[in-house]
Amino acid sequence: MQNSKAAVSMCNITKTFGSVTANENVSMDINKQEILALLGENGSGKTTLMNILSGIYFPDSGRVLVDNKEVSIRSPRDAYDLGIGMIHQHFKLVDVLTAAENIILGMPEKGKLDLKIVGDKIRNICDKYGFDVNPEQKIYDMSVSQKQTVEIVKVLYRGANILILDEPTAVLTPQETGKLFDVLRNMRNDGKAIVIITHKLYEVEAISDRVEVLRRGKYVGGMLTKDTNAAEMTNMMVGRAVSLNIDRPEPKDVKPRIKVKGLTVKDSEGVSKLSDVSFTANSGEVLGIAGISNSGQKELLESIAGLQHFESGSIIYIDPKNGEEISLINKDSKEISDLGVTLSFVPEDRLGMGLVGNMDVTNNMMLRSFRQGKSFFTDRKAPRNLAKHVVKELEVNTPGLSTPVRRLSGGNVQKVLVGREISSAPTVLMTAYAVRGLDINSSYTIYDLINQQKEAGVAVIFVGEDLDVLIELCDRIIVLCSGKVSGIVQGRGVDKGEIGMMMTKLKEEYENDSIS
Amino acid sequence: MIQSHKAPFVRIAKRDSIQAWHGWLIRLTGLVLSLIVSSLVIYAIVHLNPIKIYAAMFDGNFGTERRTWVTLRDMVMLLCIGIGLAPAFKMKFWNIGAEGQILVGGIATAAVMIYFGKSMPTWMILCMALIASCAAGAVWGGIPAVFKARFGTNETLFTLMMNYVAIQLTSYYVAIWENPFGSNTVGIINQMTKAGWFPTLLGQKYLLNIIIVMILTVAMYIYLRYSKQGFEISVVGESENTAKYIGINVKKTIVRTLMISGAICGMAGFIAVAGASHTISTNTAGGKGFTAIIVAWLSKFNTFMMIFVAALLVFMEKGAIQIASQFNLNDFVSQMIMGIILFFILGSEFFTQYRLIFRKRKDVK
Repeated sequence: MQNSKAAVSMCNITKTFGSVTANENVSMDINKQEILALLGENGSGKTTLMNILSGIYFPDSGRVLVDNKEVSIRSPRDAYDLGIGMIHQHFKLVDVLTAAENIILGMPEKGKLDLKIVGDKIRNICDKYGFDVNPEQKIYDMSVSQKQTVEIVKVLYRGANILILDEPTAVLTPQETGKLFDVLRNMRNDGKAIVIITHKLYEVEAISDRVEVLRRGKYVGGMLTKDTNAAEMTNMMVGRAVSLNIDRPEPKDVKPRIKVKGLTVKDSEGVSKLSDVSFTANSGEVLGIAGISNSGQKELLESIAGLQHFESGSIIYIDPKNGEEISLINKDSKEISDLGVTLSFVPEDRLGMGLVGNMDVTNNMMLRSFRQGKSFFTDRKAPRNLAKHVVKELEVNTPGLSTPVRRLSGGNVQKVLVGREISSAPTVLMTAYAVRGLDINSSYTIYDLINQQKEAGVAVIFVGEDLDVLIELCDRIIVLCSGKVSGIVQGRGVDKGEIGMMMTKLKEEYENDSIS
Repeated sequence: MIQSHKAPFVRIAKRDSIQAWHGWLIRLTGLVLSLIVSSLVIYAIVHLNPIKIYAAMFDGNFGTERRTWVTLRDMVMLLCIGIGLAPAFKMKFWNIGAEGQILVGGIATAAVMIYFGKSMPTWMILCMALIASCAAGAVWGGIPAVFKARFGTNETLFTLMMNYVAIQLTSYYVAIWENPFGSNTVGIINQMTKAGWFPTLLGQKYLLNIIIVMILTVAMYIYLRYSKQGFEISVVGESENTAKYIGINVKKTIVRTLMISGAICGMAGFIAVAGASHTISTNTAGGKGFTAIIVAWLSKFNTFMMIFVAALLVFMEKGAIQIASQFNLNDFVSQMIMGIILFFILGSEFFTQYRLIFRKRKDVK
């Protein structure tokens, strides 16, 4: 099969990691002048396949053709030489260098380094596609979306004709996503081949020309985006019909559970992270928290969980049994649980905080319960039973209970963590980015679990980044902006653009102030 | 620039998991290879029959009954320190201070033997010395831990510096307890009365040393694996953030663990003084506190694995001394052999985790 439009053809690619087959006989073309969306659930082998193209992995078997010539990509440098550039989910930039310095870093060029020429070249690229980058700006001064732009310019500067973007919109606001899509379209019209990996189907519909679907490492099929719809794509990914509506049961028996008043947090350098934040979280209700990343979401949850020292303000827990008010000021997480407050917390950093990556499922269950009982020794029976229960109920895909959790895929790690946290029958459940990096199937499992907790009368606090999900799932949404509450809205009937504006409004005001 | 169409000559791939026998086969292959390579090196450098060298090394360890017991005594000494270091290193606390902890334990033991040697029965002296040495070691390990927990000081430097303080402290007491006057040594303590010496059991001088350390081996294994405190040590070692998240008092865990670590190293000083040399000098620890770090890490904090690692290291050391005297060589040959063996043993760990895939010859169509 010769395809004259194909920039890259992959034929019968197979890649295994030990006994796990990440890709099995995958064949796929990436065409010039086209935006291809690569779809699949977690662990379906999308990232592995793209890492093979960018030289990070080498396939066990199969051929890769670039411009219809067979090539062997043995390192990222080979990939660059072939014009393949990948923008990873986690940026690989040096904070203390400028954009221009980062862009030319590691490039083997002869002669003297002239940053002026580099800067001009960068500006040319920016003008051509509509980027907005200041080559002299330091990375640490940049927002997430600016850093991403630098990453894209970096691969373009190296002459990439084939761009691979791994979940580029996960960290962007709706407005920033729109800007990114405009740029991608400009690049496509210029003849570049673009691959985008994303879990958000409405984005696939908005940006891509063609979709290709992987399921469990195998190629399932592909079609033109205009000939398909979200439901069909989901069915192909999951392998069966899935409902795409998030349930939102009406809140019942709503009573205040946690009252936060005037919460102010500063980091160790005295920079304000939260200022004067007040709200009430109610039982039987999902309270969403929206905001650009680093707007104080982490500090807010950690303050309630007893992990964050705060300057001023009060946090009061209202006991559902007798209505007694308990202050959670200056208490660590053990003191809080000793007070009989069952507070569950699913932190953003799953393997660095919520779980221990090198420990197995049983030991990770034991993290919460190991102190129980007076014995000097740990009780392993109860956590092992809990582990079995969680693995079975939440359909955790693991080789066994003794596999270190870091070997599990993102969705399964999250199921282990959420499963443990709700097993203690909490009265408050806090989740930070509970579905980040999770596929559709796992995400809906998590939404269902959250709704079950809500119906059981738990006060749920849900920090999210996908505004569509927040709007569909939450009863009320607090919008944070630079550590301040810029508004509290009802989840039903609110407009996405309105929340997007509230997320950025205070920030712009602040910047205007500092310029003048 | 055109790409070559060849796959890389060799690729490294992670093994998923391997059977236990396969892992041991790889390690055994590593050991055999190391002996072959060191034979070649021996022959190339000193032109001696390698078999004779190995025979001499074995002779140096187990040639006579006395030698065998001395080998066992030194082995359990190293093992004891390794056991002491295990909880600290498992918590990722770099306790480089075992030398100092052994010395202060030794000083405490010597003090009890000297000052109570005439007034107390041996069993009472031994009990007191045991407690005193553990307490001294616990303090010596606890001080850097308190500073680490409180102020975030670097424990590697702090524990290392504590060694030098302990060495000077030893010199000071050696000067005070000098016997005979002018010898600049303490001499054999209670040589006539043998007060405070380990008793001979079943006719063996060093049997008690072995029994004590075997008990420690089992106890530490259980402590690290099955106790709540052992679990806390694992969690703090893996991730302090997780430890805080689930409400472990990280500071308390650090201090408590280092006091245990120091106490066992102090106990090693007790065994060295009351159970082996019956004297104290700045050489009482003699670098074993550092060698034991290898023992702890190589065995991945499994105290039963430590028995084998400690045995290997002591075997090489004793063999070195024998080679040096028997063939009129210096002991560097043995140290080279030791280096080669360690290289292969560590290398075989890599092959239990990864495998190499060589390029296949392309099929001709």
